[in-house]
Amino acid sequence: MPKEEAVEVEGTVVEPLPNAMFRVQLESGHKVLAHVSGKMRMHFIRILPGDKVIVELSPYDLTRGRIIYRYK
Amino acid sequence: MTDRIILKAPWELEVLRKSNRLVAKTLAELASMVRPGVTTLELDRFAEAFLQARGARPAFKGYRNYPFTLCTSVNEQIVHGMPSDRALVEGDILSLDMGAIVDGYYGDAAVTLPVGGISAEAQRLLRVTRECLERALTAARSGGRLADIGGAVQGHAESHGYSVVRAFVGHGIGKSLHEAPQIPNFVEPGRGRGPVLKAGMVLAIEPMINAGAPEVRVLADRWTAVTADGSLSAHFEHTVAITENGTEILTALD
Repeated sequence: MPKEEAVEVEGTVVEPLPNAMFRVQLESGHKVLAHVSGKMRMHFIRILPGDKVIVELSPYDLTRGRIIYRYK
Repeated sequence: MTDRIILKAPWELEVLRKSNRLVAKTLAELASMVRPGVTTLELDRFAEAFLQARGARPAFKGYRNYPFTLCTSVNEQIVHGMPSDRALVEGDILSLDMGAIVDGYYGDAAVTLPVGGISAEAQRLLRVTRECLERALTAARSGGRLADIGGAVQGHAESHGYSVVRAFVGHGIGKSLHEAPQIPNFVEPGRGRGPVLKAGMVLAIEPMINAGAPEVRVLADRWTAVTADGSLSAHFEHTVAITENGTEILTALD
């Protein structure tokens, strides 16, 4: 079977939400609800509105994603 | 495909034994028909009739509108080659991949066969790819980890100067053709060793090995996957059930 992978896209954090969730505006203009990857939480990588991040989107639900990288 | 791995009950394994054994039988019949001059479409027609005569349905036909029972991938074709009036030629290598549905449960297996006499390089590729599958089956045992399977395949293939296709992976199987987990034939750095393998998991393990580079190109028919560099590619697949007392190969003929 073909390998199915999560799609990675860049976006900008618009607003912080409870439970380490963020509203992220993607480059395509779409807004998605994204949580912070466990690895980033472990390393206390803080995320603020305006940060550029990479979001991983599930091919099944394109309105939710996980933040896997924050640009310096 | 969800991420949850569905464990099968003993009665489900019974049905899966039937469907997978039927796939193995069909492939064995097809293997005896493969010779120069035979077209891949003839093989496909035979396979479909063979399944229907035994109360089974082809699993690939209709899957995402795939129109055939078999995938027939010749030489540089890796997988998902479509049967056609192409006649096999002495020296070709032919991958036959087939799935069948019996009482709602899927079977899936593949073999790569020589057509007449083949070159020494082609023989070596077939042998090493078959060994890759054998090593993968040894690694697929209760208590092991999913990534052990990929590690076994990748290590063996690369030590012979071959490469592992990344674009296609093995898969869980049961009431659907493709279930979680995806089973890569390579190790994904940074992804850890994957889930622990447990009794009740049924997995279709299918290494695809290229004589050249791992890159894949899909032809204009939107199915046929070929090696980007035109090198030969081989593919073997077994469906196995992980049990407490060892791994049972469901698509093996004794």
